[in-house]
Amino acid sequence: MFTDLQRNFSNALLDPDHVVPSGVTARTAAATERFAIYRNNVIVGLVGALRSRFPAVEKIVGVDYFAAVARVFVSGHPPRSPVLLEYGDDFAAFLERFEPAREIPYLPDVARIESARVRAYHAADDTACDASGLVSVAPDRLPATRLILRDAVAVVRSVHPVVTIWAMNSGERPVEEIVNWAGECALIVRPGRDVVVRQIDGGAASFIAALRRGESLGVAVESALADDTDFNTTQAVADLFAHHLVASIETDTAGSIQ
Amino acid sequence: MSVQSVNLALAGSVAAAVALVPLAVSAQGMQKDAEKEKCYGVSLKGQNDCAAGPGTTCAGTSKVDYQGNAWKYVAKGTCTTMKTPGGMGSLEPTKS
Repeated sequence: MFTDLQRNFSNALLDPDHVVPSGVTARTAAATERFAIYRNNVIVGLVGALRSRFPAVEKIVGVDYFAAVARVFVSGHPPRSPVLLEYGDDFAAFLERFEPAREIPYLPDVARIESARVRAYHAADDTACDASGLVSVAPDRLPATRLILRDAVAVVRSVHPVVTIWAMNSGERPVEEIVNWAGECALIVRPGRDVVVRQIDGGAASFIAALRRGESLGVAVESALADDTDFNTTQAVADLFAHHLVASIETDTAGSIQ
Repeated sequence: MSVQSVNLALAGSVAAAVALVPLAVSAQGMQKDAEKEKCYGVSLKGQNDCAAGPGTTCAGTSKVDYQGNAWKYVAKGTCTTMKTPGGMGSLEPTKS
């Protein structure tokens, strides 16, 4: 009974052609009109959440276009959680399938960077460990060792110059012609309280992405070498620690080393 | 490279990497973290706000606003200034 009422109400919220849900009454005006205002405010609120999460996407397509795309997204993607800071996690995937946005093929990857930035901003306040834990790991145990990355770390890989495009549209660089149109990979981190987007090469991106998925050091190195035969393992491992990306080191038997 | 040779190379690489990174750097990094207070709600304010502010209207939702099949918006942002392999912006509706 109650679930029927809820379903009926939520369907009516996102569909202007839906009749006013049963039980909705208005004292001073027609219920249809009052419900339309409420529906509008719900949609405007969700569009606003997307605007604040994807400012670079909005800058790239312009305010009107963004508002229109956001409305299409909202009508098919009601929030699954009352926590709106997570809203729009699937906006990048939506943009990829959205026919009118195909003209701007790099848009989904810019959205992925922006999505990762917000997740990084709200990630746990964990601390980095240094590389001393690796010294005590026996060489034959290294391949199975896992480097657990800090909560905020994310990688976005793209066939477009997505880091440059994001930087130009987030105020970090002036907007200008991109002469060298080549793929770029982004590393999203939060060294302190501020989220940082840094460009990394393809091998490093594969390496960090594999570690992020929970793969062992051996598998992560193989994955990076498959992507880039010039992948420099020494540099990549050194960079992980130099940039404070590792939260802990886990060996296959001894457990976690802080 | 075979799994075996990856494993062998890994031991040397990790030893070299550890030598490259000054240990106990994280203590310094963490101190930097602590100097900044997390300022809740400043950078990303308003996401959970009730939208009874700008953008709210009493006109109700327009039925035509989000009809995907009647797409009439043209992107007017910075995409028109960025050169792509398909030319500037490549935003003109492509006829196929």
